[in-house]
Amino acid sequence: MQPFLDFLVGFLNQLVNGISLGSIYAIIALGYTMVYGIAKMLNFAHGDVIMVGAYISYCAFQYWGLSPLASVLTAMVFCTVLGVIIERLAYRPLRQATSLAVLITAIGMSYLLQNIALLIFKSDFKNYPKEIINVPSLTASLYGRELKVSGVSIVTIVTTIVIMVLLTLFINRTKLGKAMRCVSEDRGAAELMGISVNKTISVTFAIGSALAAIAAVLLCSAQWNFDPYTGSMPGIKAFTAAVFGGIGSIPGAMLGGVLLGVIEILGGAYISTQLSDAIVFLVLIIILLVKPSGLLGKQIREKV
Amino acid sequence: MSENKTVNQDLPLLKVKDLHVYYGAIHAVKGISLEVHQGEIVTLIGANGAGKSTTLNTIAGLLKPRQGSIVLDGVPVDGTGASKMVYKGLSLCPEGRRVFQHMTVRENLEMGAYSRPKGEIESSLEDVFSRFPRLKEREKQIGGTLSGGEQQMLAMARALMSKPKLMMLDEPSMGLAPILVDQIFGIIKELHESGVTILLVEQNAQMALSVADRAYVLETGRITMSGNAAELLQNDDVQKAYLGN
Repeated sequence: MQPFLDFLVGFLNQLVNGISLGSIYAIIALGYTMVYGIAKMLNFAHGDVIMVGAYISYCAFQYWGLSPLASVLTAMVFCTVLGVIIERLAYRPLRQATSLAVLITAIGMSYLLQNIALLIFKSDFKNYPKEIINVPSLTASLYGRELKVSGVSIVTIVTTIVIMVLLTLFINRTKLGKAMRCVSEDRGAAELMGISVNKTISVTFAIGSALAAIAAVLLCSAQWNFDPYTGSMPGIKAFTAAVFGGIGSIPGAMLGGVLLGVIEILGGAYISTQLSDAIVFLVLIIILLVKPSGLLGKQIREKV
Repeated sequence: MSENKTVNQDLPLLKVKDLHVYYGAIHAVKGISLEVHQGEIVTLIGANGAGKSTTLNTIAGLLKPRQGSIVLDGVPVDGTGASKMVYKGLSLCPEGRRVFQHMTVRENLEMGAYSRPKGEIESSLEDVFSRFPRLKEREKQIGGTLSGGEQQMLAMARALMSKPKLMMLDEPSMGLAPILVDQIFGIIKELHESGVTILLVEQNAQMALSVADRAYVLETGRITMSGNAAELLQNDDVQKAYLGN
């Protein structure tokens, strides 16, 4: 019985870690999936907007003397503006271009952001201030064993739930949210309703980038340090999560993100730490073989 | 629906002059001129590829003409862009219906009234539901689950929600069973009787000519005949080419 209880409590601890990491992936994946759903493009610079958010919140707290909350808000505002500018300057002129041209541009934008950060901040790791998310961890006793949830995990999970609820309400209840669904489904028909496609795409980039700033704070608080490449791996993982859940689907991105985090942590804990990323992608390949549209990807056939 | 009266009844509501449209190097519409007056149903008929839908899409702002002018209610509207046309009083019920498949019937209709203030939507919804009682029954159903005929009704109702001065219908009978075609044309007649001005594009020339006041016959991007719809219906050339007699 004792080894089983050790295993059980250990498993629960890992599960919480997985959900926490997965929540961060979910927030980032929302940016990918919304932009894909509405602008029909893969914004590979999204991960690097996270990195920018990390530096801005760091500077705001460390050098500009802002409070933790004000630092986070500053990063959100900066990233929102940055996302809209990137779309306006780099992607909008390519609206009629082939998707390959847009993809290459997005990759170029990703390198541009990384290299600007390298120029300004150099390549060394910076310690992310622990004071930004300063919440005590929660400890419970289970069969005499310790079940511990860190403060950052609590904040991450709560934030993610709030974002999911607000975003779902926004998409389903507000005029702008409904306009986004229309553009996502049929750009031409949306225009005939009087919806400006350009404006809708700008709003999508704004929301995605603001979420990226939140993800930056959560991610850096969890891993304590960051550098100009901080955004790229979580960006790729979150993109994977979006595909996993069904790209274009908002609930899919949430589910895909959380599952990806859980698989990564549990795979690392019980199979192999070195192979945890490989396990994640193996699961993705299997899911896509069985269901090519992803877990919640929709496919309604058109009726005639 | 007819609250938007033109100031000058002698001026045509829509006046298209010498319209030229290209798809890349292909000259699809070669100098089309047409007029629609307040309260009329005007139809454009012609074979597949004659340029009917291209003409409508250009008027709606989805395509840019290389040459020519489009004047709606005395205001030049060419180059306005599709998303602003509905604010100018023009709505297009597009070919293939293009109902929002993942939205409910009610949401589809609300999107039709996107250009209008929120306070006016409810009364328009009631008006549309009284014209299309079937849609009222299906109010909460998802668009993609409706039958083809119901989707066509929804697309037409959605186009009406903006209270257009001119409603353009592109192939409303396409892909529908004969009984539904009759029903759709019945609705078009009713809309006409209640004062809605309609520009109708149809491959079903027989039906189109029987409801329209006037007609234009299109062949490979040019207007080859025009005039009173009832007279064109009796015309030998039209009969041979489009009515299979």
